[in-house]
Order: sequence, then structure tokens, then C-alpha cells
Amino acid sequence: MNVDIIFKIAAVGILIAVINQVLQKAGREEMAMMTTLTGIVIVLLMVVSLINQLFNSVKSIFRLY
Amino acid sequence: MNIMQITAIGLIAALLVMIIKQQRPDIALVITLAAGAVLFILLLGNIKTIAVTVENMAQKANLDSIYLTTVLKVIGIAYIAEFGSQICKDSGEGAIASKIELGGKVLIMILALPVVTALMEAVLKILP
Repeated sequence: MNVDIIFKIAAVGILIAVINQVLQKAGREEMAMMTTLTGIVIVLLMVVSLINQLFNSVKSIFRLY
Repeated sequence: MNIMQITAIGLIAALLVMIIKQQRPDIALVITLAAGAVLFILLLGNIKTIAVTVENMAQKANLDSIYLTTVLKVIGIAYIAEFGSQICKDSGEGAIASKIELGGKVLIMILALPVVTALMEAVLKILP
């Protein structure tokens, strides 16, 4: 059901890599660094909810309160 | 949730990781994390039914439920610790991975203590 999150993360990753290259070629090193950081933050936010769901379901199944 | 779907998801995730690993190794790690989580979430329904049936059998055999819950807890801790340490190993952090495994072992030992003490008392009662 939430299989598409993997593809979203991959898409964001590829996008960041491309933007990074373009900005570096354009000579804007600091902009490239900024976009990389924002991209990583976006990706982490996506994964945090998934990991939260995983840990909650494991907690409920294995009674790990 | 048949095996073909699971294998397909795993292979696609591995391919995506390979693509992104050169430029952005950190995002590649996040993809492995997401793929591991998704695959396990897909399997949760089956694991739940297994756990419930095993518990019903234990109830019928009027086994003390403390032992079964301990076993389930140990399995849960082992799984989470292994999940974390594998991801750390993939990202090259062997030291952190071994610390996570150490934490898992200690917590499992803590859980197993009451069972072990109960066993010891039972054995001592039997001995003359």
C-alpha cells in the first residue's frame, strides 16, 4: 500500500543530484550545498513517518510496551 | 502479499539504491531504510495471524502466558535490533551496528531473567 514512498524518495534523490550538478557547473557552490541539505531534510521527513508506523506496529504485535 | 511482489519491491529498491549511490550515498541509505520498513509492513498481517494462532494454542494447553509473551517480546527486540544493525552495517558503520546488537542482547537477557530463575527454582525443587 505505501510502496510508492520508495519511488518518491528515489525521485527526490535523483532530482537533488541533478540540481547539484547544475548549480556546481554554474559556479554556485553554496546554493548547491543548500539544495542538498533541503533535499535530505525532505527525504528524512518522508521516512520518519514510515519508520514510526513500522515501530508502532511491531510494538503492538510483539507487545513490546 | 505473495512472494513475487516482495521480491520485485526488493529488487527495484536495490536498483534505485545503485543508481543514487554514486552521487548521494546518504539518500541511498534512506532508500534502503524505507525499503526495509515497507517490506516488513507488508508482512505484518501474516505475522499477526501467526502470533495470534500460537497464543490460542498456548491458551488451549493452559500454558502460563508469561512465557509466550516473553518469547514474543524477545522476537520483537531481536528483529528491531537486527533491522537497525543491518542498516548501520550497510552504511559502513560497523562499530555502531555492534553497539545496537549489544543493546539487543542485553535487553533480551533482561527479559529472559525471570524465566531462567523460575527454571532454576523448578530444578532445585526436583533435586534432593
